[in-house]
Amino acid sequence: MKRFKPAVFSAAKMFWKASPLILGTILLVSFLVTVIPQSFYLKIFTRNIFLDSFIGSLIGSISAGNPLISYILGGELLKIGVGLIAVTAFLVAWVTVGIVQLPAESMILGKKFAIIRNVLSFIFAIIVAVLTVLLLGGGL
Amino acid sequence: MRNYLKKISNPVWFFIFVLLIYLGLLFLDFNLFASSLQFFWKIFIKILPVFILVFFLMILTNYFITPKFVSKHLGEKGIKRWFYVIVGGILSTGPIYMWYPLLAELKNKGLSYGLMACFLYNRAVKIPLLPLMIFYFSLKYVIILAIVMIAVSVIQGILIDKILKGGKK
Repeated sequence: MKRFKPAVFSAAKMFWKASPLILGTILLVSFLVTVIPQSFYLKIFTRNIFLDSFIGSLIGSISAGNPLISYILGGELLKIGVGLIAVTAFLVAWVTVGIVQLPAESMILGKKFAIIRNVLSFIFAIIVAVLTVLLLGGGL
Repeated sequence: MRNYLKKISNPVWFFIFVLLIYLGLLFLDFNLFASSLQFFWKIFIKILPVFILVFFLMILTNYFITPKFVSKHLGEKGIKRWFYVIVGGILSTGPIYMWYPLLAELKNKGLSYGLMACFLYNRAVKIPLLPLMIFYFSLKYVIILAIVMIAVSVIQGILIDKILKGGKK
């Protein structure tokens, strides 16, 4: 019971802190999906495996925040016709590449380690996306 | 007033910014405002039950998994160590930067750069958030993605150990 209260408090605090971001993201996605025609996304994501996964990984790398946001964004992008490879690369890079946290990671864990880890994570986001879609049987 | 504005966090500023877009829409294009809000409500109602489930899973994770619990098991040797690093990464909660000091401390106690990278990579697989991921992408997708990511985390760890020669910079 002693540890239960802090556990509830910590979860509630996380939700409270993330709520403006979650609600704001859903509102923004709703607006963008309504205002931007589907053909626009299909112009950026051309269904080219490498280009799509590269763009997905790039956008995911420079984005930061709770992974919940990336699921909402990725899920809605998928619904409007963006390919699963691009969305997967985006989701994976969002959580594995930390451009925003790079200064802190460099200072505490070492500059060389932080740079190598983030570069490899970026490349692996593309590989993970291709492998996942292949194993899923979705075809490329 | 300036002090009060300084206290407002970035997520709140972001929310205010989005609200301002909607306020602008309300006056400039009511139809677009109404359709966007309708779309928002559709998504919100759909994912609300998932968020409730995520909340309860987070309570459970916070209750059982603490940095002390994770660091205790990262002290294992050999293959077992990789296993505990993967499990530790998956079970760890909170923001990523919260774990940097602990990893730095474990590094001094012999944790290699590869194991550190493996731990950080597996933080991407978050059990409490899985319901929302399944809601959007299906259970099959989530299982395959998790397996591929765990495998890749080990490959990345081995590569980093090779590049940084087992932690000796």
